[in-house]
Amino acid sequence: MNDWPLWEVFVRSRRGLSHVHAGSLHAPDAELALRNARDLYTRRQEGVSIWVVRSAEIEASTPDERDSFFDPAADKIYRHPTFYDVPEGVQHL
Amino acid sequence: MYGNDFTAPEEHSRATRVADPDEPASFTAVLAEDGRVEPRDEMPEGYRKTLVRQIAQHAHSEIIGMQPEGNWISRAPSLRRKAILMAKVQDEAGHGLYLYAAAETLGADRADLLDMLHDGRQKYSSIFNYPTLTWADVGAIGWLVDGAAIVNQVPLCRCSYGPYARAMVRVCKEESFHQRQGFEILHTLSHGTAAQKAMAQDAVNRYWWPSLMMFGPPDDDSPNSARSMGWGIKRFSNDDLRQRFVDMTVPQAEALGLTLPDPEIRWNEERGHYDFGEVDFTELFEVIKGNGPCNEERMAHKVAAHENGAWVREAASAYAAKRSARAEGAA
Repeated sequence: MNDWPLWEVFVRSRRGLSHVHAGSLHAPDAELALRNARDLYTRRQEGVSIWVVRSAEIEASTPDERDSFFDPAADKIYRHPTFYDVPEGVQHL
Repeated sequence: MYGNDFTAPEEHSRATRVADPDEPASFTAVLAEDGRVEPRDEMPEGYRKTLVRQIAQHAHSEIIGMQPEGNWISRAPSLRRKAILMAKVQDEAGHGLYLYAAAETLGADRADLLDMLHDGRQKYSSIFNYPTLTWADVGAIGWLVDGAAIVNQVPLCRCSYGPYARAMVRVCKEESFHQRQGFEILHTLSHGTAAQKAMAQDAVNRYWWPSLMMFGPPDDDSPNSARSMGWGIKRFSNDDLRQRFVDMTVPQAEALGLTLPDPEIRWNEERGHYDFGEVDFTELFEVIKGNGPCNEERMAHKVAAHENGAWVREAASAYAAKRSARAEGAA
């Protein structure tokens, strides 16, 4: 079991919604990862589709860099509609 | 089930650190705003260790907890009861796996955690060291043991560590089926023949006190509690949770037509709670130390299952390796 890689499991709860991270599990290959994910995360019909991804394949931003990494968005409040003054009485804008 | 984190008094770690002066500022800030700590965040080593220990113990409890109930699958009184019990025991395996996965987000390795269970370095809930002597015990476990577990686990859904809290949300959703099926078993027995009712009463008599012990030692004898509460891992004290369980359960016992084996239980108008008798914590500590009725049997069964399953794990690994080698060869 030591050498069974870790997989991240993403479940689409119903059509029209995106896959959402549900948790992780160990499995020797993708096929068994899918089967285990079905037994582990959809015992009560929680899903209509499952993705499994090897945890080692996921590249993630690091919490240490959080500030500098997301900084560029912080001073661009003009991207939000609420930034703009709308003259009184103007509608559908 | 069973998210408790306590040990017998002499096993308490000496360090009952309340605050870490070197605590990362980002961690302090997250806790201050009652936010959630996520896996790759900076966190004090003590926080991480406490969580790994608690989550692992919780996971082990789910896995060992399959044994007392699994004991009755082949002898369930009807196909309906058998199908329900199998689904419940499967849920317990699932709960164990959610929790091992949560522990792994803290850098723990599942294989190491299992080793520590198998050689006794890590514990599981004391409640599973009691035997299931009759079918009614399956009812008592669902009603009382899962009931106590729910009281313990609902606050854990707001635990400061995100992956643990999320696993608990999932567990709690599934747990209420467990409690209801236990209640239904006892209700059916209690409204059956005199012998069936006596069997239900006997099961409740045997499981009541061990269920109260599940909440751990009294607050003034629970040094880890204060620290865990400071960290937002634990939200209520052992005694508060125990009281909540008693308040919830006494009226349910009346609805079942069964009594609880404690002559001191009575409503206290002034406190707005039920009073109840003193729990014998020496029994709890004896069971935790390995001297309960079934400790050896539970561990022997767990270790044997792990060892007997080794060839399956190895075969699956070999098959995966062969297929990936073939795929590389073809490419």
